[in-house]
Amino acid sequence: MEIKDDNISAMCRPAIGEAGRTGDWRDSTPVIDPAKCIASLKNRPACYLCWLYCPEGVVITGNPIRIDLDYCKGCGICAEECPARAIAMVMHEEAKNE
Amino acid sequence: MPEKLFNVNQKEYILPGNRSCQGCGLSLAYRYILKALRENTIMTIPASCLTVLHGLYPTTSVNVPCLNCTFASTAASASGLVAGLAAMNRTDTTVVAMAGDGGTFDIGLQALSGAAERGTDFIYVCYDNEGYMNTGTQRSSATPIGALTTTTPVLTKQQNKKDMMKIMEAHDIPYLAMMSPSYPVDLYDKFVKAKRIKGTRYMQISAPCPPGWVFPPKDTVKLGRLAVETSVVVLYEIEDGKFRLTGRSKTLAEKGTRAPLVQYIEKQGRFKKMSMEQLGKMQKWVDGKWNEYLKRAEG
Ligand SMILES: Cc1ncc(C[n+]2csc(CCOP(=O)(O)OP(=O)(O)O)c2C)c(N)n1
Ligand code: SF4
Ligand code: SF4
Ligand code: SF4
Repeated sequence: MEIKDDNISAMCRPAIGEAGRTGDWRDSTPVIDPAKCIASLKNRPACYLCWLYCPEGVVITGNPIRIDLDYCKGCGICAEECPARAIAMVMHEEAKNE
Repeated sequence: MPEKLFNVNQKEYILPGNRSCQGCGLSLAYRYILKALRENTIMTIPASCLTVLHGLYPTTSVNVPCLNCTFASTAASASGLVAGLAAMNRTDTTVVAMAGDGGTFDIGLQALSGAAERGTDFIYVCYDNEGYMNTGTQRSSATPIGALTTTTPVLTKQQNKKDMMKIMEAHDIPYLAMMSPSYPVDLYDKFVKAKRIKGTRYMQISAPCPPGWVFPPKDTVKLGRLAVETSVVVLYEIEDGKFRLTGRSKTLAEKGTRAPLVQYIEKQGRFKKMSMEQLGKMQKWVDGKWNEYLKRAEG
């Protein structure tokens, strides 16, 4: 990698996936049920507690709410904090989808 | 749903795919710290979990400039950045030093005390995960009594936690705040406020750590909430010497209700060898602090 820089120190550049595809760390996957999700039911920005509490910032607000599964580590905080119990942590969901 | 949530800066500064553990309380807190501080910010960070989160050369997972400094020099490094920016007439950039409890309560203490005494214009953030977590959970002076760590593996830690907020308050600095990632909007508001204040600002965050405290990653937010419900962690700020309880802690004080400490202790594997005597000692310590805060909030 060629770096042309006057800086004498080692300098990093920002990159998504610095630690690789951290979605591979997951053993269970958050699956949102739009029929229960408050934001989906109201069809406007509402609740969004899953977005608020996700330590990775991989919850994407909107209708429906999406999760960036390439990098979601599967901690399960969103499912735990969802007031409508609209998120289920499903084991090996990806295996099923593939 | 908190109305204020929609006023929070929507931009993310931590990029997905970083090295923090699943359910890391530090990571959640840092998301909101950077949202509140925004672009014109420069970080300086010593060896810690936060360095790991920032990533390995030549890439980083954080979209804010950051200098990696040596362990004991965090606040000295910040002082240098402040002086350098002043020499370049750059008045628009906030210098932020951020370290763990090991890097703050223990190893970085003298540099921090020096910078605060000089009134250096910067924000110092301590994320307190109550141990040297990055190197495998060694005890620090922030570890609570009765906790198992890899350096207190049999008898557990024998001493109460050091009151770092008190030490920093003794430096007569313009702003101090105590926060939890389980209350992200409270945390966000305090950082927005701190950014506008001049002089040394000290911000301490209690950051639940699933592997170090031994609890499932899904419970990070719940555990942070329990810490506040039991008043092990109290949300407050001290602005120009004026003490104010905030958020849930303010509500608890008004209602006069608190949960017993044991509800917080029993959720964490690190306390599995805590004796009844230690539990009593910690409850007494927690009650003492709480009563002190109540008195200060009144006056
Ligand atoms: C002078 C020095 N001593 C020891 C170390 C090894 N070391 C790196 S990170 C770390 C633990 C840091 O603990 P803390 O500041 O609490 O942050 P945390 O890991 O909990 O995020 C230690 C001991 C070091 N890098 N430099
Ligand atoms: S927390 Fe649950 S109900 Fe609220 S927006 Fe997220 S999925 Fe919908
Ligand atoms: S499981 Fe964890 S990382 Fe994945 S979306 Fe939910 S809170 Fe975020
Ligand atoms: S050890 Fe604890 S503080 Fe460090 S990255 Fe993991 S969860 Fe976060």
